[in-house]
Amino acid sequence: MPKIQSLEELRTLRAQLKQDIKARTETSTTITVGMGTCGIAAGAREVMQVFLDELATRAIDAHVVTTGCIGMCSKEPLVDIQQSDGPRITYGNVHPTMVPRIIEEHLIHGNTVQQWVVGQLA
Amino acid sequence: MAELYRADVLVSCLHGRSPELVSALKQELDRRGLAGEVKVVETGCRGFCTMGPVLTIQPNGIFYTDVQLADVPEIVEETLVKGRAVQRLLYKEPATRKVIPNYDAIPFYSKQMRIVLRNCGMIDPQSIDEYIAVGGYEALGKVLSSMTPEQVIAEVQKSGLRGRGGAGFATGRKWEHTRKAAGEVKYVIANGDEGDPGAFMDRALMEGDPYAVLEGLTIGGFAVGTQQGYIYVRDEYPLAVQNLRSAIDRAHEYGLLGSDVLGSGFDFDIRIVRGAGAFVCGESSALMQSLEGKVGEPRAKHVHATDRGLWDRPSCLNNVETWANIPPIMNKGGEWFASIGTERSKGTKAFCLVGKVRNPGLIEVPMGITLREIVDDIGGGPPKGREIKAVQTGGPSGGCIPASMLDLPVDYESLTEAGSMMGSGGMIVMDDRTCMVDIARYFIDFLKDESCGKCSTCREGIKRMLEILTNISAGLGKPGDIEVLESLAKTVQLASLCGLGKSAPNPVLSTLHYFREEYEKHIAEQFCPAGVCRALIAYQVVAEKCKGCGLCIKACPQEGISGTARQPHAIDQVKCIQCGACFEVCRLDAIQVVPRSAVTVGSNGGNGYKPVREVVR
Repeated sequence: MPKIQSLEELRTLRAQLKQDIKARTETSTTITVGMGTCGIAAGAREVMQVFLDELATRAIDAHVVTTGCIGMCSKEPLVDIQQSDGPRITYGNVHPTMVPRIIEEHLIHGNTVQQWVVGQLA
Repeated sequence: MAELYRADVLVSCLHGRSPELVSALKQELDRRGLAGEVKVVETGCRGFCTMGPVLTIQPNGIFYTDVQLADVPEIVEETLVKGRAVQRLLYKEPATRKVIPNYDAIPFYSKQMRIVLRNCGMIDPQSIDEYIAVGGYEALGKVLSSMTPEQVIAEVQKSGLRGRGGAGFATGRKWEHTRKAAGEVKYVIANGDEGDPGAFMDRALMEGDPYAVLEGLTIGGFAVGTQQGYIYVRDEYPLAVQNLRSAIDRAHEYGLLGSDVLGSGFDFDIRIVRGAGAFVCGESSALMQSLEGKVGEPRAKHVHATDRGLWDRPSCLNNVETWANIPPIMNKGGEWFASIGTERSKGTKAFCLVGKVRNPGLIEVPMGITLREIVDDIGGGPPKGREIKAVQTGGPSGGCIPASMLDLPVDYESLTEAGSMMGSGGMIVMDDRTCMVDIARYFIDFLKDESCGKCSTCREGIKRMLEILTNISAGLGKPGDIEVLESLAKTVQLASLCGLGKSAPNPVLSTLHYFREEYEKHIAEQFCPAGVCRALIAYQVVAEKCKGCGLCIKACPQEGISGTARQPHAIDQVKCIQCGACFEVCRLDAIQVVPRSAVTVGSNGGNGYKPVREVVR
């Protein structure tokens, strides 16, 4: 560990370290991955792992949480994204390869990826 | 690159079965292939000690209490895999049995205000990374890059922060004196020699957030102009020593201690000195003697430590809690701190709430909160069927405040006026089954052992007070004892050198002041109304109330209760040792405490009791 030489360096380091305690801090975005038996069988764990990796690489301020079966098992893996006061958007049949685009368009640019959306809660 | 987890499991505290719990959790997560998604963090004390170990699962904020090893698989399966709360482990409000899933909605926490204990239970105390991530060392960075020592001192003065060790001297003024004192070499010292029975605020802080103490001390070092700090910790706190040591090592690696701190050119180092656990070493001058390797005895203070303290150099000594208040003050400003609390007591204070309350534990409250709010709202009130009789604050040298004064605001002045003191933060709640003579005797007995013996008034006076109190509780009190106690107490107070002797009579004086009639009952009526002093009481069955259930027969260790089912039982007063086991188990209030003189035993009509003069060493 090289010594911290200034307040700026300390702040840069803190920005990185904040990732470590992300689960304990308030963020504006919650990503909910359906992880009931149906979700896991459909590959939800891999999807969630890609979300975690992508969010860490891009240092995006978001939580990833899991939930149980919502009943729409045929559309699993289901991923919900809720940004502060906005609507809760649900994506269905999410594949790990779809995750970068969802993050890019939805989280960074604020446009939902309409073709993959299966529903939304206002 | 930092690793992102979807959930953190925070395990508190660092004692009890938590270590096993942590390894069991890690094993189970590993077995389920969740180790890469869920992080287990060992944190410091959350204060909710009766409910420990407690588990907080973030980001959901689910709060589990009293977690057993056997609960681990279910927690992993239900909460971490399926995202559901395990209902039976959630906190239930004792009165309504209503489930409260999130910890910030629990009354124990919602009335508190955590400034000093902000990180305790929230971060891994061994990880400097987590401390930095939650904003740690920002204050030090700000101070070193943009403030002069004078500005730092001015900010502390503006905050109105006063010493948290008990005496309440203005921290800013102490810093200023030390800065202005003549001499090249100076010292800053953190007092972690917490000795009050039942108090563990400082331990929780040093164990749970050691970096906060280091950061505060480093800022203090910069402000008073020194390169050397000491932390004096008693050796009975091995985990505090271990966590502080590892914190100092990490801080060195990160350039936050040692030469050229944060590239500012300021050099500062901290050493840990372990004390052997003498109560008197919590007193500032005795502590410095002990730091020098001498016998820990206080010295006269006509020369202040800020002029000539450790090794006769100007020294600034503050309690660890005081030091840990410094980083938030530097971050948010003195005015912010001064906006909390009362006119002359600012900020918050950590207390160890123990005794006869439902939720004993470690709490932090804003100054000016009433004792009633602490005892009833945070502490959950007395156990069922009991009544609060008094609250003792300030440790052995504090005093007892009667229940009639529970609306007293908690600040330095009000407590002192009521005959007690702030002290370092012990708070013992007593109910109607507590004898005030016995309490005074307990504290005086403690102080008898802890008096260093330098001043004869303290050494001898405390011993004589103990003899009188012991006699009173043994039924050997005589008229005039109270007056002798009073005169002894005043002499000890007046003629002793240090805070220990000056405050030692407080337990006697405050109980005499508020509960004098209880002393008088012990002497004149030979009766202890609380049923504590065994020599003065007897237990008796109230025949009208007794349904003959036999519970007391089973409970009696002396096999001294007889009777047939559904007929009133009777206690054999010769066999009875006044342990109170029958009294505790009886559900019908059919056993009562009466004066020893009220019962007759055997054919000779005596009461079976021969007073034995207790020998006081």
